[in-house]
Amino acid sequence: MAEQQLSFEKPIVELKNKISELKAFTAEKEIDLSGEIEKLEERLEQLEKDIYGNLNPWERVQIARHNKRPTTLDYIKRIFTDFIELHGDRLYGDDQAIVGGIARFEGLPVTIIGHQRGKDTKENIKRNFGMPHPEGYRKALRLMKQADKFNRPIICFIDTKGADPGIESEERGQSEAIARNLIEMSGLRVPVVCIVIGEGGSGGALALGVGDRIFMLENSTYSVISPEGAAALLWKDSSLAKRAAETMKITAPDLLELGLIDGMVQEVRGGAHRDVDQQAHEIAETLSQSLQELVGIEPETLVKKRYEKFKNIGEINHVSDIIVMK
Amino acid sequence: MIRDLFSKKKKYATIPSEEAKQEVPEGLMTKCPKCKTIMYTKELRKINMVCNSCGHHHSLTAYERINLTLDENSFEEFEKDMIAMDPLEFPSYLEKSKIDREKTKLNEAIVTGTGTISGYPTVIGVMDARFRMGSMGSVVGEKIAIAIERAIETNKPFILFSASGGARMQEGVFSLMQMAKTSAALNQLHEKGLLFISVMTHPTTGGVSASFASLGDINLAEPGALIGFAGRRIIEQTIRQKLPDDFQTAEFLLEHGQLDKVVSRNEMRSTLGKMLQLHYPQVNGREGYLNG
Ligand SMILES: [Zn+2]
Repeated sequence: MAEQQLSFEKPIVELKNKISELKAFTAEKEIDLSGEIEKLEERLEQLEKDIYGNLNPWERVQIARHNKRPTTLDYIKRIFTDFIELHGDRLYGDDQAIVGGIARFEGLPVTIIGHQRGKDTKENIKRNFGMPHPEGYRKALRLMKQADKFNRPIICFIDTKGADPGIESEERGQSEAIARNLIEMSGLRVPVVCIVIGEGGSGGALALGVGDRIFMLENSTYSVISPEGAAALLWKDSSLAKRAAETMKITAPDLLELGLIDGMVQEVRGGAHRDVDQQAHEIAETLSQSLQELVGIEPETLVKKRYEKFKNIGEINHVSDIIVMK
Repeated sequence: MIRDLFSKKKKYATIPSEEAKQEVPEGLMTKCPKCKTIMYTKELRKINMVCNSCGHHHSLTAYERINLTLDENSFEEFEKDMIAMDPLEFPSYLEKSKIDREKTKLNEAIVTGTGTISGYPTVIGVMDARFRMGSMGSVVGEKIAIAIERAIETNKPFILFSASGGARMQEGVFSLMQMAKTSAALNQLHEKGLLFISVMTHPTTGGVSASFASLGDINLAEPGALIGFAGRRIIEQTIRQKLPDDFQTAEFLLEHGQLDKVVSRNEMRSTLGKMLQLHYPQVNGREGYLNG
């Protein structure tokens, strides 16, 4: 599939084209334009800094949804060694929208679980566009319990538009599957580190998100409803998604500022897809630091702190006496 | 201006009890949405808002539900003074919350507290779908978590009647995280070996369905209640076909193994009473059985 061109990147693309034209011209006509080229390259550097350094929420959403954006499996093969994928929920099936397995991270045995999108239509159909059915969440839970038993830290990659909305998912208890993961994750006696790598859509994302540390890639999003869905509900117009993306505060910088995540993993300029190896390296560093902090903490302390972490989320006011008397 | 009237500091104010008893003004007559029978609202109220010609369960307010479920005068409310903040500075959220407070005489979409059913003490939470569609924001999540903590501290079971459209969009990810918070609190209750009965009433959908409401040791529902994760319209758009009428009803869930029992409103109190009795070690008969 061809690489997607995002509209706000147009000036960059145009300038890049101009530079390569000049370079081709130089080679062809044997004229020295290196001064000119150098100037344009400097301009390109500045332009990239300006554009990618000041992304608005909607632009970040577009990067998070970029068709070349690295997925869970892209990161697994770069960050871990000895990965063995494990399949199935033992109840119904093997949901391809969630992958999981065991591996080593810097030599330490770990369990990895993540949503898995496709990058083309064929793969997306197989992966149900990264939208899990209940059996996906139940597979994830099975692997988490297994990790708990064998004292392996768990690393979750979050990357979904949301849980599958469909008849069969309702029949098999999508609500229960998500809810079960929330309660069980909160009681896991091993460290859990979660990283949102693309879109973190609603309960379907949170079902892999009850961790001791929650990180987001700089251009990923985490939201209670998609910008399109919010726009449709709020203004009865899904084309106002851009506005909703701003209002809903769904980007990594927004959530970091609101204190809802533990950290933001810097992205390669222009988005993770520009240099997947480098991006994987950045993620590995974050994981390494978190695991060093978490491995070795007593299980009881870990569970207690995890509860406190989530218990503390919420902004609450109290009616004053003045209001009551009125 | 409105903000100045509220103090962010925790203050536990007492609200005159008459206010709790005030009823929402409504029409003299109520039309049943299912069989279209028109009844005097006053008469309908006497039969617990259950249609006497088709059995349709009309919505109850949180205090109506509490009066119907708990032993008389046994209810003591928790955290009544909590109201929503506006963490995202979301357009018109505070104004809309204020309108709902005035309309419903409730401070938020849930009432929590403690009381007895057939003499058995329990902690209880009742959601009210009239307040922001019963959606779960920070206050709903916090009140549920605190109620569960009180149940743990006082060694009591917990019963929650849900009635909610799901997450509260205007609180964004704060709202989403209340799903994790309430579920994590239930895990503590579970660890303590205490009973949680979830009663799903119309509607119980989205983030509420996908968190505490589905996590009962026993999951009950009222007849005909809409219960589900994804919205009907979203599913229809995705699969491009009409869904059957009974899709996502309590009966549909029962059939698919998602519920323990559908209990009609008139039998709810006695059912809960029996369940509490079976779980209270002092009265459940186990001692006597073991001692021959
Ligand atoms: Zn009727």
